[in-house]
Amino acid sequence: MAIQPNPVTDPGIDAVDKNVQIKGQRLWVDALTRIIKSKTSLIGLCIILLLIITAIFAPIIATHSTTDQSIVNRYQPPSSEHILGTDELGRDIFSRIVYGTRISIQIGVISVGISLVIGVLLGGLAGYFGRWVDQIIMRIIDIMMAFPSILLAIALVAVLGKSLTNAMIAVGLVGIPQFARIVRATVLSVKETEYIEAARSIGAKHRRILFQHVLPNSLAPIIVQATLGIGTAILDAAGLSFLGLGAQPPTPEWGAMLSDGRAALQTAPWVVAFPGLAIFLVVLGFNLFGDGLRDALDPRLKR
Amino acid sequence: MAKYIIRRLMMLIPVLLGVSIITFSLIHLIPGDPARSMLGEKASETQLELLREELGLNDPYMVQYGRFMGKVLTGDLGESIQSKEDISYELMQKLPATMELAVFAMTIAIVIGILAGVIAAVKQYSWFDNISMTGALFGVSMPIFWLGLMMIWIFSVTFNILPPSGRITTGVELDTITNFYLLDSILTWNWVAFKDVFLHLLMPGIALATIPMAIIARMTRSSMLEVMRQDYIRTANAKGLKRHLIIFQHALKNAFLPVLTVIGLQFGLLLGGAVLTETIFSWPGVGRYVLLAVLGRDYPIVQATILIIATLFVLINLITDILYKYFDPRIKFN
Repeated sequence: MAIQPNPVTDPGIDAVDKNVQIKGQRLWVDALTRIIKSKTSLIGLCIILLLIITAIFAPIIATHSTTDQSIVNRYQPPSSEHILGTDELGRDIFSRIVYGTRISIQIGVISVGISLVIGVLLGGLAGYFGRWVDQIIMRIIDIMMAFPSILLAIALVAVLGKSLTNAMIAVGLVGIPQFARIVRATVLSVKETEYIEAARSIGAKHRRILFQHVLPNSLAPIIVQATLGIGTAILDAAGLSFLGLGAQPPTPEWGAMLSDGRAALQTAPWVVAFPGLAIFLVVLGFNLFGDGLRDALDPRLKR
Repeated sequence: MAKYIIRRLMMLIPVLLGVSIITFSLIHLIPGDPARSMLGEKASETQLELLREELGLNDPYMVQYGRFMGKVLTGDLGESIQSKEDISYELMQKLPATMELAVFAMTIAIVIGILAGVIAAVKQYSWFDNISMTGALFGVSMPIFWLGLMMIWIFSVTFNILPPSGRITTGVELDTITNFYLLDSILTWNWVAFKDVFLHLLMPGIALATIPMAIIARMTRSSMLEVMRQDYIRTANAKGLKRHLIIFQHALKNAFLPVLTVIGLQFGLLLGGAVLTETIFSWPGVGRYVLLAVLGRDYPIVQATILIIATLFVLINLITDILYKYFDPRIKFN
């Protein structure tokens, strides 16, 4: 009969956990120091912070309403009144970009949230249990990866219907294989370590080993992938909105704004230029920070 | 080698089967009545019933799938709901346009990407390394639809030196043989058309090449850096071999394998990315075809196109794997 450890009477388990915790904290402190020292990842971090601050204080930063239309003021070039000009309905582009930050954050968090939760669960189960569980899950992942991601997202939106929510779901689902593969690979290596063997030998259940020991120790690559994934998700969702499959008017989503401005590219290029620049900057920020985070958490990978 | 290829082809069967099930199921995942969704709110019950009958939506799921696969395997991809055109024929017309664009883009990406990666690695931490890697980072963060539009604004609207859309100027004569216009213009010795087609390819090609070029450059650099630290490179240096011989004959040859994987993967992804590029440049290819079908809820076209592109994607990955083994016979696959 397996001996069931009791955390109350058996201080050994807690002691081991604390030890791991201290070591874990040290890893994150080290990582943070490395990130601050690296100029590029610091720039990335600043862009992300700027995005978050803009989103929080959007009502204060925005100079106009995002929906107020003024036909007299349509296609105004950048001026002191409208610093980034106005669009085809006379709406202030700067204010729409400012409010668009909220949508971008929402897209990033929700899409990556979907990929992360499902991907980590599938990858964790496949890596931890191996055998037929692994076979079934990984074959499904293989099939998902047989579609170019943006195309699969388009197909999903075609079925679910055009909307920002559906675009986020589609981008989220398309991102699952990436997480599943990374987590599976990490879990495969972590589960062979001695502390997992130790946990198993004191009779810890599968659920406890997987969620309290294996997954927390696989966290570093998951966080890196999530950071890089937010950039990709924002880019893909903006692409879907640009194609008319994501955010619908009058939502101030950057991809949709770009699409609205296409018709006036000859006379009012600023309508297209600034929302695109915003997408580029935010994605760059997440890429810079994600790369920095990867180098910081695993210096062996530094290129 | 032949044995390996056969085994890999066998492994494709379950994946392609899965792909076909997913594409087939698309129509059944539509919330509500698929027939209603395709014909719109105004359609009468008779019209709906006719469409259901036509698409066989009343039959059991397995029967429908069997019929779908039976048709697909004989090359029949069905017909468009709206225009009633034969989808296989339409795809055959549009696929060369997309392939031409993808091959053109990939050529730009490979040549510039590898060259930039090699120089960046050889001159690590130099100004070239810094600039090209910053450029690569910008490249992977670039919304290509925005880049495309900005290029149109600069080169077509402002300077008027490149055509903003299409494959060829109306009025320029070209006898088509393969439907790959650039190739056709060479085959027919038609240099007027060649120049025109080339200019049309330039902007969409560059836009589509941006992301793979950036990824290839980064991969080449890191792979070259790894190889340049190896003992045999030091030996080659010690023997007094010429620098370019060491870089291209010894280092790049060995650093190429990971780059090859990336190239294969990116080439497949280009087929998906083409939807955005083709929309911006009004390129008459598969990407625009599928987008218009999605917007018009013409699901048979969506199904057929996605099935074809996914199959191509899988085949390209297979070819990459086979090339991988060809270039490095040490690799054993189980």
